[in-house]
Amino acid sequence: MALFDQRLQDLHNELAAGKLSAAELTEAAYARIAETDERIGAFLTLNEEAARVRAAELDQAGAAKGLLHALPAGIKDNIVTKGLRTTCASQFLSNYDPIYDATVSGKLQDAGAVTIGKLNMDEFAMGGSNENSSFRPVRNPWNTDYVPGGSSGGSAAAVAAGQVYFALGSDTGGSIRQPASYCGVVGLKPTYGLVSRFGLVAFASSLDAIGPITKNVEDAAYVLQTIAGHDRMDSTSADVSIPDYVGSLSGDIKGMRIGVPKEYMGEGIDPKVKEAVLAALRVLEDLGATWEEVSLPHTEYAVATYYLLASSEASSNLARFDGVRYGVRADDPDNLIDLYRKSRSQGFGQEVKRRIMLGTYALSSGYYDAYYLKAQKVRTLIKRDFDQAFEKYDLLVGPTAPTTAFRIGEQIGDPLTMYLNDIVTIPVSLAGVPAISVPCGFADGLPVGLQLIGKPFDESTVLRAAHAYEQHTDHHKARPQL
Amino acid sequence: MSIDAKTVEHVANLARLELSGEEKEQFASQLSAILKYAEKLDELDTEGIEPTSHVLPVTNVMREDVVRESVSNETALRNAPDDEDGQFKVPAVLE
Repeated sequence: MALFDQRLQDLHNELAAGKLSAAELTEAAYARIAETDERIGAFLTLNEEAARVRAAELDQAGAAKGLLHALPAGIKDNIVTKGLRTTCASQFLSNYDPIYDATVSGKLQDAGAVTIGKLNMDEFAMGGSNENSSFRPVRNPWNTDYVPGGSSGGSAAAVAAGQVYFALGSDTGGSIRQPASYCGVVGLKPTYGLVSRFGLVAFASSLDAIGPITKNVEDAAYVLQTIAGHDRMDSTSADVSIPDYVGSLSGDIKGMRIGVPKEYMGEGIDPKVKEAVLAALRVLEDLGATWEEVSLPHTEYAVATYYLLASSEASSNLARFDGVRYGVRADDPDNLIDLYRKSRSQGFGQEVKRRIMLGTYALSSGYYDAYYLKAQKVRTLIKRDFDQAFEKYDLLVGPTAPTTAFRIGEQIGDPLTMYLNDIVTIPVSLAGVPAISVPCGFADGLPVGLQLIGKPFDESTVLRAAHAYEQHTDHHKARPQL
Repeated sequence: MSIDAKTVEHVANLARLELSGEEKEQFASQLSAILKYAEKLDELDTEGIEPTSHVLPVTNVMREDVVRESVSNETALRNAPDDEDGQFKVPAVLE
């Protein structure tokens, strides 16, 4: 069995017994990257020198440092890492050397993880295919003619290809769950506010969430345990007590009440995806859960709502990239305004410009009420759908994406079609509730993801159900041939 | 709502973006399509519905006004494209 396919506890036992070292795990990661990443393109920056020093330090210290001791980690490139280049896959930040660590980067360090490198993504997390990386697209390890999904496509592909033990991604409208689904791995978007956003380069501040991408649910619980918690550096981080996520994986879901949103199983959903989800529901039923159809009637308005709100927030957040304090500055500007204009125009790619334009328009004088405010009100209706469903159900279950991965280049010219890939992940983001994607089979040789959605701050139930499902299926054990 | 090239130019100016002629045309048609799709929201009566800007109740966070360790001048300037005398340098603001 490949090293990174072993259970975390087994690896830790071997480390404790001296049969395995942090150095060996680190070398295994770089060897696998050397072997596969030319074809996958998951990494933008490697941390080889520092990672080797770090692994040697961990080995010398002897005792396990924390929950993620010695585990090779990949970090999405919109999460800042002190002294390790962080680009957001944008030419604008191609030379950016962060002077501080994101809270989650620091927490991984404290828990003993080894940062292997920074992972490719859609530029500034805008996109669902990784074709918007300004460096190079990521390819799906299951079939390199296909996209890995996005925007955390590098994170999902790196885990699927066995390059790292786990990765961090970020999710604004589906950017952890959808690539996890396309690449056949586990991706968890926590409740908004559960994980600090300090040091996450902001895209849409009211939606952004950092979460784990792993090969199984247990690992996701370990990583979440490490990164969750209140942070005084993020005023939107929630001051809630953090439960024992790993301890919640009891395997017992008897009596759990599941609602299946009929809007997530209807028009636009590939019949093969639907079939895989129905098969998964039968497994959950066999384990003692009950399910029935429920309606989230405002689902069809979610994509429009999201693109107005997320783009508006992005247009404001990305105003900081002006070429004055960091990033790439354009040559020979006529004056200060021209410096802003030229630097931004040269530094940003097409999708980023498109969303800044959309957001600026939606926030501009005369249109604010019609677009931005209207979308905020519809967001309330979408959130109410979830509130009402959760009065009756413990969990909502459906597909993570309407289809499996699509071919590279297939949708690049049509932004609106591309946006509709997020139709079942976006409502969850707007409601701010937690959701996980777990592998639930294959359609035409490509992985299908099952999405389990929970009540706010009830990650324990989400993880317990996902774990129970995983224990009774083998989909998560399948590996791409590379 | 259809967006014409003139509106694209106006919005680009607000966003401090300089677009090529080709980009202007492309954005005019793509943004028109996206906004047309967004008109779907008008099907909903949102009279009396409170807007949601944040799913959690967000309040101002206060702390004591005490001096804490901060980044050094040198560190703060580490990524500066241009600097002089410990400050970020930009072209003249006033002619």
